[in-house]
Amino acid sequence: MKIHEYQAKDLLRARGISVPVGRVATDPDEAVRAVRPLIEASGNPVVVVKAQIHAGGRGKGRFSEHPDLGGVTVVLDGIEGGVEATEAAVRALAERMLGSTLVTVQTGPEGKQVNRIYVEQGISIVQELYLSVVLDRSLGRNVMMASTEGGTEIEEVAEHTPEKIFRAVIDPAVGMLPFQAHALAWQLGLRGEAAKSARRFLAAIADAAVALDTDMLEINPLVVTEDGGVMALDAKVSFDKNALFRQQALAPLRDLSEEDPAEVEAATYDLSFIKLDGTIGCLVNGAGLAMATMDTIKEEGGEPANFLDVGGGATTENVTAAFKIIMKDRSVRGIFVNIFGGIMRCDTIANGVVQAVKDVGLEVPLVVRLEGTNVELGRSIIEGSGVAGLQSALSMRDGARKIVELAA
Amino acid sequence: MSILVDRDTRLLVQGLGGAGKFHVDRSIAYGTQVVAATHPTRAGEVELFEGDVDTSGVPGRSGRYRAEVPIFPTVRAAVAETGANASVVFVPPPFAADAIMEAAEAGVALIVVITEGIPIQDMVRVKRYLEGRPSRLVGPNCPGVITPHQCRIGIMPGYIHQAGRIGVVSRSGTLTYEAVKQLTDAGLGQTTAVGIGGDPVNGTSFVDALAMFEADPDTEGVIMIGEIGGAAEEEAAAWIAESMTKPVAAFIAGTTAPPGKRMGHAGAIISGGMGTAAEKIAALRAAGAVVALTPSDMGDAVVEAMRAAGRL
Repeated sequence: MKIHEYQAKDLLRARGISVPVGRVATDPDEAVRAVRPLIEASGNPVVVVKAQIHAGGRGKGRFSEHPDLGGVTVVLDGIEGGVEATEAAVRALAERMLGSTLVTVQTGPEGKQVNRIYVEQGISIVQELYLSVVLDRSLGRNVMMASTEGGTEIEEVAEHTPEKIFRAVIDPAVGMLPFQAHALAWQLGLRGEAAKSARRFLAAIADAAVALDTDMLEINPLVVTEDGGVMALDAKVSFDKNALFRQQALAPLRDLSEEDPAEVEAATYDLSFIKLDGTIGCLVNGAGLAMATMDTIKEEGGEPANFLDVGGGATTENVTAAFKIIMKDRSVRGIFVNIFGGIMRCDTIANGVVQAVKDVGLEVPLVVRLEGTNVELGRSIIEGSGVAGLQSALSMRDGARKIVELAA
Repeated sequence: MSILVDRDTRLLVQGLGGAGKFHVDRSIAYGTQVVAATHPTRAGEVELFEGDVDTSGVPGRSGRYRAEVPIFPTVRAAVAETGANASVVFVPPPFAADAIMEAAEAGVALIVVITEGIPIQDMVRVKRYLEGRPSRLVGPNCPGVITPHQCRIGIMPGYIHQAGRIGVVSRSGTLTYEAVKQLTDAGLGQTTAVGIGGDPVNGTSFVDALAMFEADPDTEGVIMIGEIGGAAEEEAAAWIAESMTKPVAAFIAGTTAPPGKRMGHAGAIISGGMGTAAEKIAALRAAGAVVALTPSDMGDAVVEAMRAAGRL
């Protein structure tokens, strides 16, 4: 589960981690009201207006309605014009950003509508660094990564200047140890007050990752400020879905408007669904088989319209829900059902598919490939269903070939 | 021979909920020795399993089976009383990590975890707890381990298996079944099939399973089924190149998965050019493995690898 930057910063602030002061706004008036208290609290006439969407690359991103405008804008008007000038500039920015579409490298060309902006105090930056806590799957442990190349995508740093990335492997039995925080701060080139402040910051971030069950916790940039402190200028946090049962406080932070409606609906039926760009709808049991089915469709010259895993215990109910979700996608020109009936028998699945198709109505060709327990019975149910456009396939490849031809 | 489990395996069940009960029943029908269960509130009771024998399982059995499985308060008590040497965990996600560590503390040699949805940080702690202990963890989020006609631990359909010559190791459940079925149809059969699970932090790795198959005299070749995400397949490729003398076939799911999207398994996420299918396939090919391009070709890939090695 992803959250917005302002929410991530609230979570970090609550854990004593240094972040800039800011206020979120959903309309221009609210944005303007945020300005004066911010400037009074920080003593800095500069504020920053940041579009809040669940995608990175906002600074370099551009609004499709306003090609000159980026997703992160520093407002300098207050240096000479005072608070009123800042307020006027923030209003103008809020009016242009809110409701407009921000396109970044991570949103895809269609971009994402901006419904919230974050108005934040300006920070005098001495140095930009990078910090994150991620899982090292080979070790089975959290690793803190730090780099002197703040503000740059870490993948780029890893590719071009890997020597500028420093790591500390965190032992879950004892957590991040002081010597590790010291070593990272030293490697980042921090000395004196900044090093001291960084050591506390790093340890708190390592603890936060575990306490909040984050999938990823990235501070980019982590900045050294003029007064020698360190601060999270940006924060990107996503959470382990499997741990949400014990992270009740996170539930209200979910922003469904940032998620694909079909994916949200699928989740309510325990379906794992991801929308893709092709024309062949897929309905499969098991994540590995679902991916392999997409691969096979592509191998036969088609393009999958989705990834859909109905899970191990496919029922008529969730198969029906799956069909409805696939059929809602107007670009789907054919559907391929690929099920390995293990514990669940093929005749049960075939009956479920036929029932679902009769309930939902079939508007495009449908090819069903069944394998496993009672496969002959299952195939004869499909072939004898009398549903126009419904066909059975003998193998995964045969099925993929058929549906690609039928949908062409 | 086989790896991990055989006819002498004495199985303990942790988690006798609906799914646990159903699959334990299937295991007993297959001929697996289920000797004990643990349950927080039902200690002292006996769980009765009875029904028609699964004739695809342990040979020479027919008719009906009837098993009374005693329920213990703790794994320690169950092991002390019954000599259980393997455990299957069906415990729900919030309590699964604790169940695994309890089994390890009691010295259970093999812990097979079927539970799907265990928090990652829990598995990080579990992996740390298992360090230096003799227990082997398989899973979580896996279909289990089966040695055909001897012992079934998990949720796989028993009847598609046939005792034979090929070791199967896989990150994916249904793809394992596809491979097993194709090996049975090809007359090659399986020594043991191991599902290592699709989670990012798991117990037994591809390398662990490959090493066990390499050491098993009856295993003549191996098929490994991987997915995008992580570096486990690349590590396996390095090990194959270095140490494997037996032929290896492989399949990697997710060639067409778009980067940064999570495909069901928590493990199957690719980002920043790490762990793509193309990279994994290239690494495996370079190590001498025959890589099937579609899942329909997995059986053929094994046949090709076995022929090339002069074993067929």
